[in-house]
This record gives sequence, structure tokens and C-alpha cells, in this order.
Amino acid sequence: MTETTPKTIPADAPAMRSLVEKARIMSADDMRRAISRLSHEIIERIGGPEDVIICGIRTRGQFLAERIVKKIKEIEDVRVPLGILDITLYRDDLQTVAKQPVVRSTEIPVSIVDKHVVLVDDVLYTGRTIRAAMDEVIDFGRPKTIQLAVLVDRGHREFPIRADYVGKNVPTSQNEVVKVQFAEVDGADSVVVLEFEEES
Amino acid sequence: MMADHKSLLGISELEPEEILEILDTAEPFKEVQARSIKKVPALRGQTVVNLFFENSTRTRSSFEIAEKRLSADVLNFSVSTSSVAKGESLRDTAQNIEAMNADMIVMRHGSAGSCHFLDRHVRARVINAGDGQHEHPTQALLDASTLREKLGKIEGLKVVILGDIDHSRVARSNMFLLTKLGAQVTVCGPPTMLPAELEKLGVRASTDVRKSLRDADAVNVLRIQFERQHEPLIPSIREYARYFGITQDKLDELPNGMVVLHPGPMNRGTEIGHDVAEKHAGTILRQVSNGVAVRMAVLYLMSGAEVQN
Repeated sequence: MTETTPKTIPADAPAMRSLVEKARIMSADDMRRAISRLSHEIIERIGGPEDVIICGIRTRGQFLAERIVKKIKEIEDVRVPLGILDITLYRDDLQTVAKQPVVRSTEIPVSIVDKHVVLVDDVLYTGRTIRAAMDEVIDFGRPKTIQLAVLVDRGHREFPIRADYVGKNVPTSQNEVVKVQFAEVDGADSVVVLEFEEES
Repeated sequence: MMADHKSLLGISELEPEEILEILDTAEPFKEVQARSIKKVPALRGQTVVNLFFENSTRTRSSFEIAEKRLSADVLNFSVSTSSVAKGESLRDTAQNIEAMNADMIVMRHGSAGSCHFLDRHVRARVINAGDGQHEHPTQALLDASTLREKLGKIEGLKVVILGDIDHSRVARSNMFLLTKLGAQVTVCGPPTMLPAELEKLGVRASTDVRKSLRDADAVNVLRIQFERQHEPLIPSIREYARYFGITQDKLDELPNGMVVLHPGPMNRGTEIGHDVAEKHAGTILRQVSNGVAVRMAVLYLMSGAEVQN
């Protein structure tokens, strides 16, 4: 088994590197407007809220998905089904890490057969999470389409994957981390870019 | 963390947090059982060998279905068809399996400590599916998972383990697990079936079924293991059934409800009354379903890359 260098920053990254906030790229108002536009675009492109299932990817995609479902309710007066995906068991690095990541449950409340499944995540980066999410969704049945909505697309794709709905495109370097903060868990809504800095 | 262990040999060597890690991980695997495609790719490319030196239908099937639902490649090695019948030693058998690059070996063996022996001689991870009268860790884990579903938690519960305690690896693993998680355990059975020095394990011993059950939340009813008894330990099955069998009239005397667990196979009319078996069939079959989820959790948590020393 060959050891590959993970592109994402491990939680236990060496202590001599610390994350420093570099820029605040979206305020709470910016986020609210972007989510409103994403919700309108989803309904417009699919042609109505019928047969739509919004599926958030744990954990921050889930908060974004909840907001989109709420917004669609405001626009169309229809509560579209909300699913939550935990893609852990579909990750492509399970054989290379010594400590298996925590698994949580996937909850899809309705049949996805012949429905439009809109995957929702906070940040689109390598595309590996989305690959895993598509594989998982297909194990629940044959949807009519799978689409992708993200709040931030930061580039650096490693798979041929693109988003159908994008809140904001943000060019980044691989030394940076894009963090989407939600009031539910972080106290306030915002999107910040952080950068690793070598400590002397 | 389970990732720190090379093998799962018994509950006695696990920390309470590790037991809870397995029980918590089993929950999402219960949801996988309800999907239309009951398979996830987490163990794709890994080879798991089921090495069973003792007869077993439900444990072997449960492990096999857990492995298959994790997309592992499964090889069943049963003693009657293997070269063990031709006189091969356990170590040679194990090394032959290892030469096929197995990643994990699930073993059941009639001798206590055989999984520890295997673990010392192979690179593959070893999961104990029952070794003699020593331990049966995944059974205790699935019992605990079912208790958590029924009663919400393990801590503070009063649990009776009833029957042939001395010959039971299920009893031993359950005693370790329940006391580690803070339950109060009473073991109950005929004096000839209670091992010595039980208090060292932190459990109470009793020969009075009615008294033991009075303030208990759950009872785990064990089968009498005639195949492990070298001399008769009870005067007759009828007498055992009358004094130690869980019957509806014994349960009717209790002020509160009772969760009845049975690891199977049941001998109706001996350790469990027919009516009790019917009334609690939901819980007892739930143990079987939870067994698959718990074993998936164990296999998943142990499937990481090799621990570096």
C-alpha cells in the first residue's frame, strides 16, 4: 500500500504551522443574497419545486441545505424534502489512513427514484467529496439527475466535476483554507480565507 | 481508540471509550441495513477470512453478511473441509491463510486464548468470534447495542445474566462490558454453574432467580451448554426449567417491565418459556439485526492502515 500525501489539511497538522485569517470574503448579508440566488436558480433550472430533493453533505453542507429548503419554501410555498449525506464510507482514502474517520448516519427521507437530487456543500475544492456523494446517492436508487450547488468554488479540482450552482468563485492557493461559518455552529454567518503561516 | 488496537481479542482489553466508540459507530450501520442497496464500499479490496473451528451458523453468517455489506472479499475456511482435519496445526493453517494476503481473520476456536496465539503469529488483524470459555466480544457488543436501543443507556442499568455462567464466553464478555460501562450486574444460576471469585469481576452472584429479577431492568438468558459440560451439573432439565427458566409467571410477579435478551439458539421450555420467547421475539430478533451492524462497525474501525510502531 503506498502512502499518499493528503491534499486536505489534517486536523492534527504540525503545531508549528498555524492558521491565520487572511481575508473575509463574504459577510452575513452576502451569504444571505447568494443563498437566495442559488435557491431561485435551482427552482428555475429544474422548472419548479416538484421532484426536487435537496441533499446536504455533512456537516456544513447540511446547514446550507437547510437554508436553501427554507428559502424555496418562501419563494414557492413548498417544502422540498431535505436529505443529509454522510460520505465517510465512500471516501477514497480509507485504506491509507490509520485512524478511520467517524461515521454518522445518512438520512434520505423519501425515494430518490426519478427525482432531481441537488447535492449541497459549502466549499467545492478537489471534487473528491462530490464523487463520493454521487456514488452514495446512486446506491439509494436511480435519480433523474444529480446536480451540485455550492456556496464557494475555490478551484484546484482533481476530478472532472463542476458545480451547477455557485454562490461565489474564489481563486485560492493550496496553502489557504476557505472556511464557511454558519450562525448555527459558529455564532455568525461569514466566509473567511485562512492561510497557514510558519511559526518561527 | 479502536485504531490503536491491532486486533479485537476480548472486551477485557478495551477501554470504556472504545466500547462506546464501537456502539456509536454501529448506529449509522443500522441505517445502511434499511437501504435498498445494503452495501457500502468502505472495505473494498480487503480480504477477510472467516476461520471457524467450531460449529456456528448465526455468528458466521452474521460476520459474513457484515463483511459483504462492507464490500470486503470474503473467504470461509471451515474446519471440516480444511486440512486441519488432516492434522495441520493452528499456526500452519494461519500462516497459509496469511500467505494469501488476508487483511483480517475472524476466528472461532474451542480453546481459550487461541485468538491471542493467532494474533502473535500473523500480521493480519484478528477478530475473536468466540474462543473456548473465554470471550465472545461481538456478542456482548450487540447485546449492549440492543440494551441501549431499548433502555437508552447502559450506565446505571441493573442487568441479570442467567444460566450456565461458568461455561459461557457470552457471560464473561457481557460481565466485562456491562461493568466497564457502569451497569450493575448480577449473575444467577445453579451453584454448579457459577464460577468461583465472581466478586473480583465486580458482579454479584445469586442462586435465587426471583430475587435477582425483582429490581432488574433486563435479563440476558443463556443456553445450557451441554456440549461443554464434562459431568452433569443439574439433576434434570425439568428441574432447571422450573427453578431457573424464565417463564411468564416469573415475569408476571415483577413490578416493572423487563427486557429479555437471548443470544440464541433458544431451547424453548428449558431456559426460556415458550410464551416468553414469543412475547420477546422482537427484542431477540433485533439482537440478530444489531449483530450485523455491530460487526460492520468493528470491521470498519479496525480496517485502517497498519498501526506504526
